[in-house]
Amino acid sequence: MYPFTYHRATSARQAATLLGKAEDAKLLAGGQTLLPTMKQRLASPANLIDLCGVAELRGIELKGKTLVIGAMTTHAEVAASPLVAEKLPGLAALAGCIGDPHVRHKGTIGGSVANNDPAADYPAALLALGATIVTTKRKIAADEFFQGMFATSLEEGEVVTKIILPLAARFAYAKFRNPASRYALVGVAVAKKGSGVRVTVTGAGENGVFRWAAAEAALGARFHGRALDGLAVAAKGLNSDIHASADYRAHLIGVMAKRAVGAALGK
Amino acid sequence: MTNPATSIPTTGIGARVLRKEDHRYITGAGRYTDDINRPGQSYAFFLRSPHAHANIRSIDTSAACIKGVLAIYTGADIAADKLGGLICGWMINSKDGTPMKAGAHPALAQGKVRYVGDHVAVIIADTLATARDAAEKIVVDYEVLPAVVDLATSTDTGAAVIHDVSENNVVYDWHLGDKGAVEAAFKRAAHITKIDLANNRLVPNAMEPRAAIGDYDRGEGAFTLYTTSQNPHVARLILSAFIGIAPENKLRVVAPDVGGGFGSKIFVYAEETICVWAAKKVGRPVKWVADRTEEFLCVAHGRDHLTHAEMAMNSDGKILAMRVKTRANLGAYLSTFSSAVPTYLYAPLLSGQYDIPAIYAEVEAVYTNTSPVDAYRGAGRPEATFVVERIVEVAARQLGQDPAKFRMKNFINKWPHQTPVIMMYDAGDYIGSMKRAQELADVKGFGKRKRESAKAGKLRGLGYSAYIEACGIAPSAAVGSLGAGVGLWESAEVRVNPVGTVEVLTGSHSHGQGHETTFAQLVSGRLGIPIEQVSIVHGDTDKVQMGMGTYGSRSGAVGMSAIVKALDKVEAKARKVAALCMEAAEGDIDFKDGKFTVKGTDKSMAFGEVALQAYVAHKFTGEQLEPGLKEGAFYDPTNFTFPAGVHICEVEIDPETGVTRVDRWAAVDDFGTIINPMIVEGQVHGGVAQGIGQALLEGTVYDENGQLLTASFMDYTMPRAADVPSFSLGFNTTPAPSNPLGIKGCGEAGAIAAPAAVINAITDALGHEEIAMPATPNAVWVAVQKMMTKMAAE
Repeated sequence: MYPFTYHRATSARQAATLLGKAEDAKLLAGGQTLLPTMKQRLASPANLIDLCGVAELRGIELKGKTLVIGAMTTHAEVAASPLVAEKLPGLAALAGCIGDPHVRHKGTIGGSVANNDPAADYPAALLALGATIVTTKRKIAADEFFQGMFATSLEEGEVVTKIILPLAARFAYAKFRNPASRYALVGVAVAKKGSGVRVTVTGAGENGVFRWAAAEAALGARFHGRALDGLAVAAKGLNSDIHASADYRAHLIGVMAKRAVGAALGK
Repeated sequence: MTNPATSIPTTGIGARVLRKEDHRYITGAGRYTDDINRPGQSYAFFLRSPHAHANIRSIDTSAACIKGVLAIYTGADIAADKLGGLICGWMINSKDGTPMKAGAHPALAQGKVRYVGDHVAVIIADTLATARDAAEKIVVDYEVLPAVVDLATSTDTGAAVIHDVSENNVVYDWHLGDKGAVEAAFKRAAHITKIDLANNRLVPNAMEPRAAIGDYDRGEGAFTLYTTSQNPHVARLILSAFIGIAPENKLRVVAPDVGGGFGSKIFVYAEETICVWAAKKVGRPVKWVADRTEEFLCVAHGRDHLTHAEMAMNSDGKILAMRVKTRANLGAYLSTFSSAVPTYLYAPLLSGQYDIPAIYAEVEAVYTNTSPVDAYRGAGRPEATFVVERIVEVAARQLGQDPAKFRMKNFINKWPHQTPVIMMYDAGDYIGSMKRAQELADVKGFGKRKRESAKAGKLRGLGYSAYIEACGIAPSAAVGSLGAGVGLWESAEVRVNPVGTVEVLTGSHSHGQGHETTFAQLVSGRLGIPIEQVSIVHGDTDKVQMGMGTYGSRSGAVGMSAIVKALDKVEAKARKVAALCMEAAEGDIDFKDGKFTVKGTDKSMAFGEVALQAYVAHKFTGEQLEPGLKEGAFYDPTNFTFPAGVHICEVEIDPETGVTRVDRWAAVDDFGTIINPMIVEGQVHGGVAQGIGQALLEGTVYDENGQLLTASFMDYTMPRAADVPSFSLGFNTTPAPSNPLGIKGCGEAGAIAAPAAVINAITDALGHEEIAMPATPNAVWVAVQKMMTKMAAE
């Protein structure tokens, strides 16, 4: 790790101001990716603005037909929240399978979303549910927000403050873990709202989370795992590495999609 | 047959005594190398090669001499100091009698680097951060050479030459056994089974990474090295006699609490050598602690064999002969014991538990541009067991015979048994262990469980592994005749204090095994004193005079035997003291339950009273007896010991995802006498977990340029609690005839047995043999596709 100046923010606005002003500054929102990277000297921000003391960024509440989750809410808090368990149980289950207990108690939803790791779990849920990412400047639809591997539409000096997740009649996430890292080798989220169905895939795509249109159409017509029979994602454009070939990932997308549908149906 | 759950004594041999050391380990009161800090301590950081194979044209350190840097050393500095290279302590000769081709192994590279992570320079500074900053400012001009990474093509014409001493990268081409007898047997065989296997390379990953502190006392002219070692005395011997740091009387090596080793901490590495050497040069203590990535890159790896094996049988399925051809990867340099692992720790075990009249093994060891490879839990014996238990399984399947019956038909059933590959098995009950393991595993219920799995869309398979290992290493003269550079005896000293408490100094080293408990159980039982009154002292060359350390499941069989010998002497002396004190003839003294009694009288003295009298020396004269009660002993084993057993694994495979779940595990082991069943069961649990790790999870991957792609836990999969089942364990004890306690050893058995059991279970489920280790979900999914293609074709 290289030396850096540590700032402990007291409000989102103050963090945003500091982020705009300080040279080569990074937000610390749990640090489960950033700190290991810094320890390996692969990242060397001059200023680190820690959001962990910003109370307004924490918490989970129900607002109309949405769940609003503060950006600094940890995965463990989402996983253990009775409110999430009642209104969007698939999201609690997703949060409960991120990383390991240490990661879940330090890592946050805002940090995960802003980092947009191509194998992270939350992007699949946000895209499937049509979430809105609220920042210190504006509101961004998930469709616009995720821009490819580690890329988002966040601008300089913009801080994610909360995530608005519309409730869905049926929602589930099925994850095939990378045996080593516990990231998603393939993760598929399925959300059904009215007749609209979204199927999103994380961990597999070369450009991060993506929607599987053919599966959405099939499930829109009939929300059942069998509706996916015969559908397959092309291996081209999928990741291939020492853990999984593109062919295997393509196959797993089908399997995980069916399992997500099954889970969404309470099977 | 001993059931571990019944008839439990509460003290002494056989008792499930809770581990005395665990309280300090689990409450943060342990004292590991990194917990030690010396006044004025500085920090070392190693600049490592980013290339797998390159000539070093120049090293420019001028920009790196920043504030806080005490020194920067390169290969030129150790050459100027005439520091000896790291050694390989076991000489192997090729078939043609020529000695192995050992390339120089300097602690800092001299003109050439041979693997990613190789040591280019060391920076010693006030802080680690400063040392790292300085390392980034060193400019090394490399001439990058083609890297030799793939084991199969490593000796091909045109492959880059790694060490000038070997133009084709072959270290030795060795053999064992009677080639002619094997060829004759194959000619009359009714059936021949052939198999090709890869034994995957593993990274040891002890919980505590390696660490060292070198310290130099200018007044005494003496060095101290604190290091994560499994054998501090051997480290001192090598650093002193071969590398030339200092004479032994001026070099103390301390291995305090050590957090796991699994073999990887047997060896003397560049880092500790440099720390102790540099401490005198910079005039301050020098500390180095590996980070996890350094461990991945530079710790000695394990396994990495390619093997072709063939077995000949007669028409009844009786094994006639076996021939094995193995290529073993030794990495870029010969590590301390590397040459012995794929030879004398491997081929002599190729007879397994079977009566095989003729065996011929050829082993070609090669250099590659990868981390050195050396002993890792089991060391050669897991590789042998994998060959034997896979080929036996495949042979049984090809002959349409039940794999267990096929094994039992070929099991050795008379002891002693001389195998055609050196070993003289002295005791065992292989058929008994198999039958008991089958009961424990409920093999009879397997068909029903398989049908239930099928109903749920899953595949179920059952696999056996009937392993044997040679432990209790080793008779010194025997290993000396095979090329070992040292004897493999063990030492012990029993010091009885005046109030009857006891300190036992042992040359064995505990790095998690629980010696402080098991050794104390032995002493407490023998002397009839509470276990709390016994302390075990180890890991410091200033306290324990000499020892050979802990590896090869030798601490019980060899280390405790030395303690027994010392205890014999202590008891003999104490009897003399008691006789003089109670004015009785020595022959009239009984010793039982901690009490010396004069036969036929009510006169008696407790052990503590006798100890006190030995030191106050009021009741006898100097002519009659020397005061004191302290005895030492060296024990040199007369044979290896041969732990053996049967492990049965049951897996359930999800054909949709390729995920293999180890559902059931039963094992019946013969470890000889068991001192503490709880600790022994723990050793089996840990060993099997590592074996399951090898079979299903752990793959070490280098790319074609020699970059290690699995250099962290993000990419290298270690077994986790959820990856292993609950274990059903039993013991089928036949005491080892070669040592006084009858101990055979248990530390490596699980890791030796498990991989074959898992792969035999997976191939049983799949109905074909095409799966390599690690059988990852992706690999199993591919194998399931092959199974389906095959089924469709049938």
